[in-house]
Amino acid sequence: MTTLFSRRAGWPSALALLVLLVPLLGAACVGDDDAMPTASLAATPAPVEGEIVVLAASSLTDAFKEAGTKFTETNPKAKVTFSFAASSALSTQINEGAPADVFASADSAQMKIVTDKGNATDPVVFATNLPAVVVPKSGSPVQSFNDLAKPGVRLVLAGPEVPIGRYARDILTNASKASGGVSADFSGKTLANLKSNESNVRAVLTKIQLGEADAGIIYTTDAATATIDVKVIDIPTQYNVIAQYPIASTKGGKNAAGAKAWLAFILSPDGQAVLAKYGFGKP
Amino acid sequence: MFNLDRTVTGTVVLLSIVFGIFFVVPFAGLIDRAIDEPKTWELLRTTQVRQALTLSLWTSTITVALALLFGTPVAYLLARSHFPGRTIVDALIDLPIVLPPTVAGVALLTAFGRRGLIGEPIESWTGFTFGFRTTAVIMAQLLVAAPFYIRAAKSGFEAVDVQVERVAYTLGASRLRTFFRITVPQAMPALLAGIVLCWARSMGELGATLIFAGNFEGKTQTMPLAVISAFEGSSLGVAGAIALSLILLVAALAVLVLFRAVASRAVAR
Repeated sequence: MTTLFSRRAGWPSALALLVLLVPLLGAACVGDDDAMPTASLAATPAPVEGEIVVLAASSLTDAFKEAGTKFTETNPKAKVTFSFAASSALSTQINEGAPADVFASADSAQMKIVTDKGNATDPVVFATNLPAVVVPKSGSPVQSFNDLAKPGVRLVLAGPEVPIGRYARDILTNASKASGGVSADFSGKTLANLKSNESNVRAVLTKIQLGEADAGIIYTTDAATATIDVKVIDIPTQYNVIAQYPIASTKGGKNAAGAKAWLAFILSPDGQAVLAKYGFGKP
Repeated sequence: MFNLDRTVTGTVVLLSIVFGIFFVVPFAGLIDRAIDEPKTWELLRTTQVRQALTLSLWTSTITVALALLFGTPVAYLLARSHFPGRTIVDALIDLPIVLPPTVAGVALLTAFGRRGLIGEPIESWTGFTFGFRTTAVIMAQLLVAAPFYIRAAKSGFEAVDVQVERVAYTLGASRLRTFFRITVPQAMPALLAGIVLCWARSMGELGATLIFAGNFEGKTQTMPLAVISAFEGSSLGVAGAIALSLILLVAALAVLVLFRAVASRAVAR
């Protein structure tokens, strides 16, 4: 009963926060417009047109959608089409010949799978992200990073091939080091609690939001999209890894100019500002 | 001279040929790629494939058994009696056939999940949870696949000549004996068709399982889940997905051939 009540109480406060934030955002936008004229107009490349197919890691969903809107403001004849999935699923699709113009991966391993086959060249890191533990807002037996190894915890991770799943396993390995780790069997005990290998980072978050699982490891940027249902537990810095996001134009695409423009936009101050707004770090 | 009949025949044949090509080419592609892939046979012997195959086989067998146990009475009641709310039950049975399986998965989660209608009280009384267990896999399969058996069994029972059953009663046969000696044999082709559909549907179940049961090797990762995981980059890779698909294709063909043989014998009798 109490949990239900507090969850309901969360809505009005979230709404209030939104109401407070909107004018601030508006003010920020106006500020941008004022700064626009001379300097940045000169640097803006000629507008591109046509459809640009961007395959991007699930964790980029919100940031890239907003970036897409911003991009089409300066390139009104272009249409950015996104397909968000685990980078591991996307790398398979690209190597199977998916007609993509750009690939944005959540780790270098999946980008390498594509570049090794010659389907993309010269990837550039455009953002970083920090993994964190997420638990349901109430009733989870996990209240600290070390609790992950407690017997009986229902843990869900992304599959070991999915970037966040791989990062999570690296973190557990870091925490099992002989010197300075939590304990030598930390990784083994934690992975014994693993109940499901989810297909991407957002699927892990959903299982936590539903309360089906007690804990999961996802990116802080994804956790931030669901603060009403979930609680974030920071991973101690000495064990944590920094996720590196590479981006590259892909060979199978039909819009090379569009791909180039999208890459330039994401690396530009405007693109980086959108990513920063969603919590991504600078490369 | 323009000959309408000939034109119609020609069009019918042409349309059939175009569809036939569309129908056969995907399977040909799958088989061609599987033969080309040097790792196919090696992959079929990996633990992940073996576990997925075993899990799929025994969960779908249990699903069919449960569908027979609970579905047969339902089908019989729907075919023979006119209880209140019969039309509603009849329509509800069709619901999982029409709905996307993902919706069935979400529905199961909202009912049996840890915060679900029934799941929450069950966990607080007994500590038992459904998610991430093989039980959840079977529940997902049963919800999605049982209607196919019930539907077929119902029309099978409806087609049985009630007069013959009455004769059996007048000759002193009990209801149960009549059911097993008269009704079931007469409805057998329909029952078999229902069993095959139900089994095939539970072997192929993906959406509801993924949402309600999760994806873990040996516990909840059935064949279709292993295929999609392989496509999403699991260690099996695309070659693994193709190898798994090949097994499912061969199994499906074998079942269809077997079913045709058994059904034609049942009809002949």
